[in-house]
Amino acid sequence: MFSRLTAGLRALFHRDRRNADIQREVDSFFQASLDDKLRRGMSRDAALRAARAEIGSAESVRHKVWSAGWESTADSLLQDFRFALRQFRKNPGFSLTAILILTLGIAASIAIFSFVDAALIRPLPYQDPSRLVVLFESIPLGPRFHLSYLDYLDWKRQNTVFSSLDVYSTYGFLLQTPTGTENVEGARVSAGFFRTLGVAPILGRDFRPGDDQVNALRPVLLSYSAWQRRYGGRSDVLGQTVVLDGDPSMIVGVLPPSFHFAPAEPADFWATDRADGGCEKNRGCHNLFGIARLKPGVTFASAFADIKTIANNLARQFPDSNRDQKAFMLPLTDVIVGDIRPILLVLLTGAALLLLIAAVNVASLLLVRAEQRRREMAVRGALGASRPRLIRQFITEGFVLSVASGILGLALATAVMQLFLRLIPKDILATMPYLRGIGLNLHVLAFATLVSLGAGILFSLLPALRVSLSDLRESLTEGGRSVSGTLWRRFGSNLVVLELATAVVLLTGAGLLGKSFYRLLHVDTGLEPGHLALVQVAATGPAYDKNEQLVALERRLKSTLSTLPGVQSVALTSKLPLGDGDITTGFDIVGAPADTVHREVAFRSVSASYFPTLEARILHGRWFTENDDASHPPVVIINEQMAREYFAGQNPVGKQIETQGVKHMEIIAVINDVQEGQLDAAPRGAMYFSDLQFPSGFFAILLRTSQNETALLGPAAAAIHSVDRGLAVSEPATMTERIHDSPSAALHRASAWIVGGFAALALLLSVVGLYGVIAYSVSRRTREIGVRMALGAQRSAVYQLILREAARLAVLGIAAGLVCALAATTLLRSQLFHVQTWDVTTLVGVAMVLGSAALLASFLPARRAASVNPTEALHAE
Amino acid sequence: MPDDLVQGTLEMLVLKTLALEPMHGYGVALRLEQISHGVFRINPGSLLPALSRLERAGRIKAEWRATENNRRARYYQLTPRGRKALEAERAQWDRQIAAITRILEA
Repeated sequence: MFSRLTAGLRALFHRDRRNADIQREVDSFFQASLDDKLRRGMSRDAALRAARAEIGSAESVRHKVWSAGWESTADSLLQDFRFALRQFRKNPGFSLTAILILTLGIAASIAIFSFVDAALIRPLPYQDPSRLVVLFESIPLGPRFHLSYLDYLDWKRQNTVFSSLDVYSTYGFLLQTPTGTENVEGARVSAGFFRTLGVAPILGRDFRPGDDQVNALRPVLLSYSAWQRRYGGRSDVLGQTVVLDGDPSMIVGVLPPSFHFAPAEPADFWATDRADGGCEKNRGCHNLFGIARLKPGVTFASAFADIKTIANNLARQFPDSNRDQKAFMLPLTDVIVGDIRPILLVLLTGAALLLLIAAVNVASLLLVRAEQRRREMAVRGALGASRPRLIRQFITEGFVLSVASGILGLALATAVMQLFLRLIPKDILATMPYLRGIGLNLHVLAFATLVSLGAGILFSLLPALRVSLSDLRESLTEGGRSVSGTLWRRFGSNLVVLELATAVVLLTGAGLLGKSFYRLLHVDTGLEPGHLALVQVAATGPAYDKNEQLVALERRLKSTLSTLPGVQSVALTSKLPLGDGDITTGFDIVGAPADTVHREVAFRSVSASYFPTLEARILHGRWFTENDDASHPPVVIINEQMAREYFAGQNPVGKQIETQGVKHMEIIAVINDVQEGQLDAAPRGAMYFSDLQFPSGFFAILLRTSQNETALLGPAAAAIHSVDRGLAVSEPATMTERIHDSPSAALHRASAWIVGGFAALALLLSVVGLYGVIAYSVSRRTREIGVRMALGAQRSAVYQLILREAARLAVLGIAAGLVCALAATTLLRSQLFHVQTWDVTTLVGVAMVLGSAALLASFLPARRAASVNPTEALHAE
Repeated sequence: MPDDLVQGTLEMLVLKTLALEPMHGYGVALRLEQISHGVFRINPGSLLPALSRLERAGRIKAEWRATENNRRARYYQLTPRGRKALEAERAQWDRQIAAITRILEA
């Protein structure tokens, strides 16, 4: 076996010596044959003639001996390869176009696949992730709200369907560092959380049931990246103390590097829930999400039914806190990737479509060239090349093309992957930890190989089929207008129509998404976003236990910050607008007849300067003043939506509501709706307290400035620290940044860009495809055009002839595409914001863009046709 | 038209011929013609490739020697592997022939 290999290699590399050896053997055979015949008594002439007849063609014998070894196949493959390269070099236009198109198509699909793989195909880092479910409480306002601690205990005690049930919540800890207080990301979980997930720390130990007792030193687990970043990956980190939220805590373990938990990410520190805040004693205080593992054999539906019953029983038992609160459950995988799954699948479909167009395009270009090489193939066939040999030539060319494009596409894909990652804002990316592993891994490489091979097979088959179907003899004759030629031409035209239609669909999608993104960014948020600097502040510790201390702090902060250059006004709020719109509470209208209707709205605590700073508009009533403080009756400002929903037809100003334990709160104003949720969220009721009456230790500061607001962020943080070093300052941003990086804006922007990218590629491909078909048609009709011109046709007539054919294809493609677009874009309906799926401007625009592109594509071949020299054309073929 | 031999069969016959004594290419062709009473006339276009294949497979080995006429010729001889291959192929051939005969006489 090995000797066969070396013998073959030796023959390949020392071809002349091998040939000489074979020749010598043939000669010696001839000589022996001659001697034998002479010995038998033939005359010299007769012997020579007989011996020569026996050998036949020495060349042919030599070739047969050479072909006996494997190296002959390798050699001819190498020949084919070199010939293919030479062909590509001779036609640089064709080769570059083909490789460019294929590379783009392959790169796009590999990049998208890597995301699909990371999010949907790779298994989650838990044991049996399909058996894990997330538990919520659903209320009239929505289905995915928090549980309360007492409800969690009851659900845990009473259920029969979960082998374990634990809770988690995201949490920002205040970490004490030598340089001051830092706001760090973390999560609080019950002691059995990691066991439920089936995850064990790689260093140290997991939480134990006794860990959530108050007197023990609170144990804390580190995420792997936190261990590397903050502690340099040192193994002596176990047992070290960290001060979180003023509580000394001990690091007891480090989580594995592959571990992530998207609903709570990003999280550096994982701590057990402590029974300390008082929230755990109040059934109406909701701050936890549940995570549970289904018992073996229990279905999702039966578990859901069980937990629903338990929740309904609790609602009956505790009507004050649990009225209208039902249980809601989702598989963990849905919670983690459910939102992006449809997007990714759409993207994958788009990429597959694009790749298909690219492959079809290149195949049609190859077909065009195969047509032009008809005669070459026929001559080679006549000279003795077997049909398999000719087909192998096409196969080699096809594979060279696809392998080259595959390699280039893979390289380009890595760049595209990074580009995609940058389309996602950093803090959203942090909540998608499964995207961490994006890169050239095994799955991606396998996919790339598959795609390249598939493309290679496609390209080799089509021209090869052409060779085998056509009668080689017929191609040699003059003016061969074969039936199969017309068939292929029709096939090419149909392909172009398909490509144009696909480009129309993608362009329409991109146009709609772009328009939707634009509308989203310009939606009325109820505030003026320009020139607003924002920063989060946390005031904790014994110095800020009492309301008076917080009010005094606010006064000091306002006076310090308003001295900063360029600051026009300073405002505070307990939670910034254009966030998640969460933090809600129930209320009742004083004096209205008692009923069982549950009223719930968002609530915020704001400074008197808040609405003027935002430039919100007052519709009825008055602003907060400095008089609305603790020594005066509590007041509240409601928004227009709340007035619409709960005070329809009346003037709410002057009415009283009861909420959050306050029996009488007077409504002093109605303001326009300020968007507390995302840009595309539906209007929701909201009410605002005066923060002199209800201050909060966690708040945000807004600074309206006449100058560049980004430059203000540093000085603002410094000014806040100058008031009190113990204040934790975090997340400096401007309002425009907040809008731009918000999840809804990012989603719309990413969709518009990606579909736009696809559409641009599809357009390019369609144009090239149309060009190919028209050019091919022109090359086949050269004689006909020559005849027409000889008979007196003007150049303009020739132009018309060619352009009419192109127009027919373009109109067909665009029309078909518009019809398909109307159907396909209904898929986008949920993504579009204030844009109809049949938006006329977009459709007309797309049609025009494609029309002009088609005109451009067909112009070049038309010009070539019109400049045909009649005499040359008649002599050609 | 002389009867054509299947490629594998030709190689088996070449091995058998060389089992008797080492000889050069023309000698093998001559011997095959003689023993088959002229039924099989192997031209060099079939024989030389067969010899090359057998050599690559390690079943025969070759060296240049002087013939009786003092010419140079490549003499082939069987290797132990070739001997084993010959036995195996002979056995298989016998089985096939017996089966064909049975079918024809059924």
